[in-house]
Amino acid sequence: MSIRTSLAKVRGLGSAKDGTHHWWMQRVTAIALMPLFIWAVFALLNVPLSDVPALNAWMKGPVKALLLGIFICVACYHGKLGMQVVIEDYVHRCFRKHVFLMINAFVFTLLAGMGVLAILKLHLM
Amino acid sequence: MVESKSVTSPNTKNRPLSPHLTIYKPQITSVLSISHRITGMFLACGLAFLVLTLWFAAYSPSCYTTIVEYAGTWWGIGLLMAWTLAFFYHFLNGMRHLFWDAGHGFELDVVTRSGGIVLVGTPVLTFLVWYMLLLG
Repeated sequence: MSIRTSLAKVRGLGSAKDGTHHWWMQRVTAIALMPLFIWAVFALLNVPLSDVPALNAWMKGPVKALLLGIFICVACYHGKLGMQVVIEDYVHRCFRKHVFLMINAFVFTLLAGMGVLAILKLHLM
Repeated sequence: MVESKSVTSPNTKNRPLSPHLTIYKPQITSVLSISHRITGMFLACGLAFLVLTLWFAAYSPSCYTTIVEYAGTWWGIGLLMAWTLAFFYHFLNGMRHLFWDAGHGFELDVVTRSGGIVLVGTPVLTFLVWYMLLLG
C-alpha cells in the first residue's frame, strides 16, 4: 500500500500510462548498440563465414559469443521499440493495431530467443 | 487520411483535411527524418536475417551453406551493401537524435549541416567497410 495520492502517481505518465519509459529505453538501447554494432561490423570482417566448423571455431571464444548474444538481444529490444512506434503511428484501427503490436512483441522475442539459443549451441558444439 | 472507422474520429468522413505531406516540398529535415524510420525497418529485417542465419548454422548446416552461397552472388552482396548503408545512416542520424535529445543542435543551419555530415558519412563509412571486406 502506498500513501501517495492518485494525482502524484499519474503525474508525468501521460496518455500511454508508462511515462517516458519507452522513449528512455530506446535511447539506452541505442547507446548500448553503438559500440556493440561497431564491434559486430569489425568482427564480421574477420569471421570465417564460409563453413560451419570455421564459424564454430570463431564462436568458441567466450567474449565473442557473449558480445554477439548481448548484441542480438539489445538489437531485438531496440527494434521492437522502433517498430512499435511505427505501428502506433500508421495503424489506426484499434483491433488491427493491437494485433500488430502483439505480433511485433512476439516476433522480436522469438528472434532474441533464437539468436541466443543458436549462439549457445555454436559456442558449445 | 480519411478513415471511416478510425478510433479517434468516427464522424469525420467528409470534413476537410489540413494540408498533408504530399503538398510540402521535400526538405533535408523531413527527408532525413523519414529515412531514419525506413532504414530502421530495413535493419529490423536484416536483424531477422542475421538471427535466421545463426539459427541455420546451429541447426541446419546445409541451409547455412546455401545462405552463404547466395550471399556471395552479386545480388546477395548488393543486399548486404544496402544493409551496411542503412546501418551507417541509422547510426549517424541516431547520433544526431541523441544530440537533439540532450538539447543541442536545433538551430536551422546546424540541423542542415549535421544532416549533410550524415549524408556524406554514410557512403564513406560503407565504402571503407566494403573496401576492407573485399580487398583488405
